[in-house]
Amino acid sequence: MLSLIVQRLLIGVVTVFAVSLIIFICTQWLPGDAAEIRLGQSATEANKAALRAELGLDKPLAVQYMNWATNFLQGDLGKSLAGDRSISESIGDRYQSTVTVSVLTAAIGIPLSLFLGIMAAMFPSTLYDRILTFVSVSLVAVPDFFTATLMVLIFVFAWDAVFGFQLANVVVIGNTQDMGVFELVGHYALPIATLCFVIASQVIRMTRAAVLNVMSSPYIEMAILKGVPRKRIILRHALLNAIGPIVNVIALNLAYLVSGVVVIEVYFAYNGLATFMVQGVQQRDFILVQSIGMLFCATYVILMLIADIASIVSNPRLRHPK
Amino acid sequence: MSDFTTDKKAGHGEHYVRPFESEEIAFEELQDAAPSARFKLSVSGWIGAIIVSFWVFIGVFGPFLAPYHENDLPFPDDYSEYQAPKEGAFLGTDVEDRDVMSRIMYGAGRTIGIAFAGTVLAYFLGVVLGIGAAVAGPWVDMIVSRINDAFISLPTIMLGLVVVTAVGSSIPVLIVTAGLIYMTIVYRLARAIGMEIMVMDYVEAAKVRGEGIWWIVTKEIWPNAAMPLISDFGLRLIYVILFISSLSFLGMGVQPPQADWGLMVRENLGAFQTYGASLLPVVAPALAIATLTVGINLIVDDISAHAGGKLTKAM
Amino acid sequence: MSDEDIVFEVDDLRIHAIRDDGSELPIVKGVDFQVKRGEVVALIGESGSGKTTISLSALGYCKPGLKFAGGAARLLGQDVTGMTTEELRPYRGERVAYLAQSAAATFNPSIKINEQVTEAPVLHGTKTQEEANKKALALYRALELPNPDTIGDRYPHQVSGGQLQRLMAAMALCGDPDLLVLDEPTTALDVTTQIEVLKAFKKVIKEEGAAAIYVTHDLAVVAQIADYIVVLYHGEIQEKGPTDTIINNPKHPYTKRLMAAVRPTPAAGQGDEDTGDHGREVPALEVRDVTAGYGKGPRGGPLVTILRDINLSIERGSSVGIIGESGCGKSTLARVMSGLLPAAEGDVLLDGKSMRASYRSRSRDNLRKVQFVYQMADTALNPRQRIGDILGRPLEFYHGLRGKKKRERVAELLTLVDLRPEFAQRLPHELSGGQKQRVNLARALAAEPEVMLCDEVTSALDSIVGANVIELLKRLRRETGVSFVFISHDLSTVASFADEIVVLYAGRVAEKGPTDQVLSPPYHPYTRLLISSVPEMRVGWLEESMQTREALAGIARGVKITDIGCPFFERCPLAIEGTCDKVDPPSRKDGSGHVIECHREISELGG
Repeated sequence: MLSLIVQRLLIGVVTVFAVSLIIFICTQWLPGDAAEIRLGQSATEANKAALRAELGLDKPLAVQYMNWATNFLQGDLGKSLAGDRSISESIGDRYQSTVTVSVLTAAIGIPLSLFLGIMAAMFPSTLYDRILTFVSVSLVAVPDFFTATLMVLIFVFAWDAVFGFQLANVVVIGNTQDMGVFELVGHYALPIATLCFVIASQVIRMTRAAVLNVMSSPYIEMAILKGVPRKRIILRHALLNAIGPIVNVIALNLAYLVSGVVVIEVYFAYNGLATFMVQGVQQRDFILVQSIGMLFCATYVILMLIADIASIVSNPRLRHPK
Repeated sequence: MSDFTTDKKAGHGEHYVRPFESEEIAFEELQDAAPSARFKLSVSGWIGAIIVSFWVFIGVFGPFLAPYHENDLPFPDDYSEYQAPKEGAFLGTDVEDRDVMSRIMYGAGRTIGIAFAGTVLAYFLGVVLGIGAAVAGPWVDMIVSRINDAFISLPTIMLGLVVVTAVGSSIPVLIVTAGLIYMTIVYRLARAIGMEIMVMDYVEAAKVRGEGIWWIVTKEIWPNAAMPLISDFGLRLIYVILFISSLSFLGMGVQPPQADWGLMVRENLGAFQTYGASLLPVVAPALAIATLTVGINLIVDDISAHAGGKLTKAM
Repeated sequence: MSDEDIVFEVDDLRIHAIRDDGSELPIVKGVDFQVKRGEVVALIGESGSGKTTISLSALGYCKPGLKFAGGAARLLGQDVTGMTTEELRPYRGERVAYLAQSAAATFNPSIKINEQVTEAPVLHGTKTQEEANKKALALYRALELPNPDTIGDRYPHQVSGGQLQRLMAAMALCGDPDLLVLDEPTTALDVTTQIEVLKAFKKVIKEEGAAAIYVTHDLAVVAQIADYIVVLYHGEIQEKGPTDTIINNPKHPYTKRLMAAVRPTPAAGQGDEDTGDHGREVPALEVRDVTAGYGKGPRGGPLVTILRDINLSIERGSSVGIIGESGCGKSTLARVMSGLLPAAEGDVLLDGKSMRASYRSRSRDNLRKVQFVYQMADTALNPRQRIGDILGRPLEFYHGLRGKKKRERVAELLTLVDLRPEFAQRLPHELSGGQKQRVNLARALAAEPEVMLCDEVTSALDSIVGANVIELLKRLRRETGVSFVFISHDLSTVASFADEIVVLYAGRVAEKGPTDQVLSPPYHPYTRLLISSVPEMRVGWLEESMQTREALAGIARGVKITDIGCPFFERCPLAIEGTCDKVDPPSRKDGSGHVIECHREISELGG
């Protein structure tokens, strides 16, 4: 099993390397280079050349890539094209709000949806199961900004109309520095609620499928025929074998959270990493896009890797070799 | 001698023989499962089909049926934005006083068209490469699959943003970007299906008969791969629609002043957030996408139930 | 006997399948029988007869999609068909226990064996964990499992298939049930393992004093273990009675057909008649010094050697049977002959001329002359091609037939394999298993081959259907003059069809020669083991065979491929320590083509 995990880790490292290459090459397509963009079209060739030399743009592509990659590994994300400020510095609090929202979403959404999904698998074809399945299947198919709009309509406008006050901020701005966990949840209520719905729809559906899949196996039939009570069948016989797929589902959805957060941050207009990146895209600030894109992608790859390793570790055949 | 009984309720230990007419009864071997039932839409499937047909109709004929051009102002004498629904603008007007309904009708074709073209491209590339990798042997397969894995391990929206930053946004770019990004998933699916068929005895039988690669791919593999792949198409289409409209929502998709559903949500979001202004300019296009994708999903559910539900719905 | 002795009683039991459209299809149509204490009742029938469905009614259980539609199944006087899962719990695992066909699928892969074995009595509160462990240990011993003290601490994938099958018996017996339901518990096992498991089952059932329902399609197995036989067809009882009566005096035509389909136990004088004088001609196909395996090893040979130094020849028009347990390399040999697996060393000769090792570089004519027939017709026929196209393609490809000529030939071929010409319009899934296998044979015949390689072509078929296919093969051989290589793990089937038999063990030829000679002494010890493991259809055979020295030596072990010496060494009752495990055995020939590879003298291998 250890060799398998090492193998996966190596593949993960290679993937991160490949990803960085893809991102680097993509941004090289841009017409004009950093020097031209920063100094404007009117700058003299001499000035541009000087800046190119300073930024290392006169070096061969391979060297440029190496510089970028090593700096990235050391936490130096370079300087944005828009200003002279280093990207690492300006990321600071944006990073914090993105991580806060993701962590709170995961902490609330995942246990809840695991519970709901397992319940649905325990009582298949009941009204509860049907409604849950219908809602989660529908939510999977709609865009994130539709879910967000629904949240706003329900918890802000409808709430206001009925109770006379708004339950949450539509535009999430303000200083979050001294907030406790509950205050944070209140502050980010709508983004968290939206993201919870988005990942819950996936996690519920896939957890239910994973448990049902195990429930249809012959050893569960055998447990039934041995007179094992239903609760024990689910908790001891089924869940033990469904853990692998379920952990996999969780990791995949955390990975999804990483990219799903883009639309949500823009929708609720708060300053997170993703909004920062979108700004960079709009200003065609490719160094910024490159760096933050890499940050997101690396996180994503690592979470996928965890999913992969989790499914290896949860396999009894690999855990207890002959 | 008749020391046996033909009474069904024969006591324990007795020799019972079921009455029979002749020694020569034919005991037919049981036929295998009856031919699988024809594909039929359920009630929800029909609802989905009606919704999807409606939007496709609007997508094709919308620009001819729309009361205004997408950038026309229905009320040239009244420049106030976000007018409430009234005669002449059933869904009200948007941030620039344009008719929301007309923009939705214009946007339908663009949203559906780009997503459809992108999915078709993804399918074409993914299937050719996937089946190719399954047939070509371990070396080609390993190289192509590793490269594919690297791409597949990128979050789609991030990859989309990076590409659009690099080359700028236009409809052809969107189609190609969506096609390339979703090709990776189609590739994986097509390769898996191709691999599964490749190890079937009937393919081996064709190989050992001396058939060439063309025959094996077109006559042995493709007819068996087509159904599962086609049933997955609808699902992929949903994801491409979501991808394109998310890009548009982020301002990186269809560019103004053209109308696109995701873009409409973005344009009108400011007023929606500050409350008080009309809700429809945001809710209507968002609802349009949601009904379209849920409609497709309802059909997909029927198809995957028909196909035995073994489709990779998770991806 | 009084009624109190009745452990289980089925009274006009009816079970229906619920179709997708909600309509119901009767699966079990009014069945009556009883099981008394200390008695084994066998339910026998082919697939689709409803035997498993009926047996599960003893646990008050219907597979998903089925439902009880009438009658009663009384366990200890209580009708269990109408009970809820809650009400059934005290019965299941406690009063009645179930042994499924595949132990590998029935054990939970994530839980240690002992917990699963002792779970039922502990949960039901009839035993403490302590007592249950003690009982389990006693059962492991009684079932002759290796390392009984520690085997319970393992996970299911850590023990072999035959052991798992016996562990499942321990699981069923741990709660001291009144009734055992055994669903084809030995079908998936090799003959040599089957006899061990059967022996263990019989012994334990007797010692525990339980009653049992034994579900199987194999009459010979039934004869060993059952007191009473119920013959089922299409969900109805055709005949039932004491084992002796049914075996020796069957009355119903269906029972007679079943009996006729059981091929006699292998003995000399059964082989198909030699069809012609093929004396000293060049053999149709010859295998010379072939070594083959998978992967590429360091010294040019295969990484994993499956076959070593194989020599055999197939005379024109003759049929050669290849026999051995699973893992002995039978299928690999066929794949080497067809070129699907290129031999690492040695030659395959067709009409005396050496062929390329891989099918890729063989000429079209060579490919045509050697045709491979697959075991599973389901996967061998493309589900999207009509039968006419499946048979038409080789005609077009090898013989250039098109249009009307091709259609006529397809019709001829279908007629040749006893199918109606209209079948050309059908898709494979519209045919039954036996019909598909006929199409599978017809496709090979369409090429007009010289040699047909038949890989376990009857193994997946029910006994009557399989017997019919064997009859067809015999007729085809007479009518076409094609040579057959017939691979099977079932010695009786091979004996009834082949002129010559090759016994493979662990990738080596152990013995080969004319069928009569291989099946009569002197034997290779492995051949002897195989022959003595085939259950005979008479009561008492199992007890007798337990007394043989092979059985006493306890040699039902897995096949292990060795590099030096005789691979059968570990299992051989005649093994000579220091010789058999060190030196390759010599070929002992008797001059008439009969070869035995053994260190023992021929005189030691008789009787």
